[in-house]
Amino acid sequence: MPEILMPRLSDTMEEGVVSAWHKKPGDKVTAGDALVDIETDKALMEYEAYEDGVLGEILVAEGETASIGAPIATLVAEGETVPAARPASAAETSAANGQVAAPPATVTDAPAPAANGAAPATVPAQAAEAAGTATSDGARSRPPSSPLARRLARENDIDLTALTGSGPGGRIVRADIESALKSAPAPAAPQVPSPAAPAVAEDPDVERVPLSRIRKVTARRLTESMQTTPHFYLTRIVDVGALLAFRKTLNEALSPAKVSVNDLIVKACATALRANPVLNVSFTEDNLLVHKRVNVGVAVALDDGLVVPVIRDADRKSVSQIGADTRELAGRAREQRLTPQEMSGGTFTVSNLGMFGVDSFTAVINPPEAAILAVGATRKDVVVGDDGEFTARDRLTLTLSVDHRACDGATGAKFLGQLAELLENPFRIVA
Amino acid sequence: MATMTYRQALRDTLRDEMLRDENVFVMGEEIGVFEGSYKITEGLLTEFGPRRVRDTPIAEEGFVGAAIGAAMLGLRPVVEIMTINFSLLALDQIVNHAAKIYGMFGGQCNVPMVIRTPGGGGQQLGATHSQNVELFYSFIPGLKVLAPSTPAEASAMLRAAIRDDDPVLFLENLALYNTRGEVPDDLEPAEIGRAAVTRPGTDVTIVAYSRMAHVAAEAAEKLATDGISAEIVDLRSLRPLDRETVVESVRRTGCAVVAEDDWLTYGIGAEIAATIQEGAFDWLDAPVRRVAMAEVPLPYSKPLELAALPSAESLVTAVRDTVRATGR
Repeated sequence: MPEILMPRLSDTMEEGVVSAWHKKPGDKVTAGDALVDIETDKALMEYEAYEDGVLGEILVAEGETASIGAPIATLVAEGETVPAARPASAAETSAANGQVAAPPATVTDAPAPAANGAAPATVPAQAAEAAGTATSDGARSRPPSSPLARRLARENDIDLTALTGSGPGGRIVRADIESALKSAPAPAAPQVPSPAAPAVAEDPDVERVPLSRIRKVTARRLTESMQTTPHFYLTRIVDVGALLAFRKTLNEALSPAKVSVNDLIVKACATALRANPVLNVSFTEDNLLVHKRVNVGVAVALDDGLVVPVIRDADRKSVSQIGADTRELAGRAREQRLTPQEMSGGTFTVSNLGMFGVDSFTAVINPPEAAILAVGATRKDVVVGDDGEFTARDRLTLTLSVDHRACDGATGAKFLGQLAELLENPFRIVA
Repeated sequence: MATMTYRQALRDTLRDEMLRDENVFVMGEEIGVFEGSYKITEGLLTEFGPRRVRDTPIAEEGFVGAAIGAAMLGLRPVVEIMTINFSLLALDQIVNHAAKIYGMFGGQCNVPMVIRTPGGGGQQLGATHSQNVELFYSFIPGLKVLAPSTPAEASAMLRAAIRDDDPVLFLENLALYNTRGEVPDDLEPAEIGRAAVTRPGTDVTIVAYSRMAHVAAEAAEKLATDGISAEIVDLRSLRPLDRETVVESVRRTGCAVVAEDDWLTYGIGAEIAATIQEGAFDWLDAPVRRVAMAEVPLPYSKPLELAALPSAESLVTAVRDTVRATGR
């Protein structure tokens, strides 16, 4: 009786919330069936079954949280009776030994391809594994682990009992050892005490609102960015009269499709980054990583957090394609339906608060990127011309936040100048 | 370097060896006047005459026995058995005589005989004519069993088999006869008993031979588009078995899938899986999986036959499951 475990659905995921079960106990499950919706730190994702069987018992109900590798349900072979609910205490979660109590017949019956014969024969993995983990007394203190994982643990002095396995049946595999190694040698970060951490529990004037997962991740990443990345800020006012006229012409031509000013700004950033890749980089301890692809993230505000879907190869996409992609991604971002892949791999980010009437602001860099552009609202300003004449001009303010480890002021300023020039001569954005 | 079919490579090699050594002769059913059921002996009767190209009655036990006798007395017979299915009629001669004479009689004489024979399903030849029973011979000490998958290998290995002093079962495959590949002009005889890494990879080892080596290559291409880098080990020789190359590969990748064209239970894959756990236990991150034929007499119906045979799709699924079990 294999267990279905909380899957690792993204690199940063540590635990997941069971959002909805698509099957109920007793339902037949075929590999590939949508089984359960899992809400991770980044997205709401459908998780498919990868073994056939019948859903036994649901161990983690909708709305509850489980860490990676913890059993969330059991799967039984067809024809096998669904066992009565058994207590699933936390201590028992790694107990693959619970399975050995099953009659051995299930093990020997399972690989009987001769009987049903049509499909090419493969030995069902769970049968092989059940046979492998069976012990006579069913008691077992060591968690299941692959031989490779055990060797690596031995060589690196890692205590297997302290790990949670992400393989089938909770088996500890190489990936688990590697992630333990990654987290272990880092010197414990000095615990920065939260400055305002009063015992609010007893304060009747304060309501405790549990943090959503998105809020938690947003908080963690932005804290990390501000604590580790020395930011500097460059502000420049851009005349967007020509850009607005260009957009109007473009939209008349594209009707009924439309592009926004932001789409043009994203495209201009991509074009500028391609021409001058000084900011299309990531700073690491020993190397500056110069990205060959230009992937521009677009910050999308959610009710309780912030996500940044990524427009891949934005330099090679048309403005209308960027517009269509952005609206599609933003729509799904609001439904929390983005995949982790769609939110990773960015090399630069554009954040726009112009629609909220903000004139200018500074944005926090989205690591491991080296820069982010904050876009303010378009205003009619009175401008004094070279000849002393007053004219009304459409202008907006751009603020570029730059990782000072990767790039210096003059270089950043040059890039911002190139970007401004593109926006003031918008035909060159699409040229 | 010429590009040719597996069939042509075999035919040219037979001819070369007959030209090189007059003790080499061929015998079998329909190989002379009819030039072979699969045309491997095309033109040989005309060129070498009936003394060295001998048509035999439909009596496998008889002509294999005759070849063993000829080999004991110093000739180098290359026997064609029309398909491996018919070799069962000569099982006693092969297992109890060819394989044992050298050892049982204190090394007084060798049996330098080659039995060439194709296996393989997928041709709608029915259950009795579509088997892969090379396992029967791979099991027997005293025999060598070779299973080349490309024209160049077929040529180099047939050369080596003919020049080897032990009885060799040379396994061909009906599905491979028309496959093409480059064959170098001055091909040296292969070293018997060496497997080859035919595609390097990092994530998983696929062990295969004969037709399944091609299926494995097709599967590896598909897996590459998913970002899974599969290494292929082509066994080429089932006995002696190159355990070292298999084990070394699995030590690099951490997991393995065996693709075999025979039945699963007690099959070649079981031996490979045992080899892997003996040699690479501490490197294994997931159980070894096997992909094999459905355990049924192979159906005649085309759709049923295809469903029963292992395919690139079934291999891709098994590899994906294996790689997923390692958390990657």
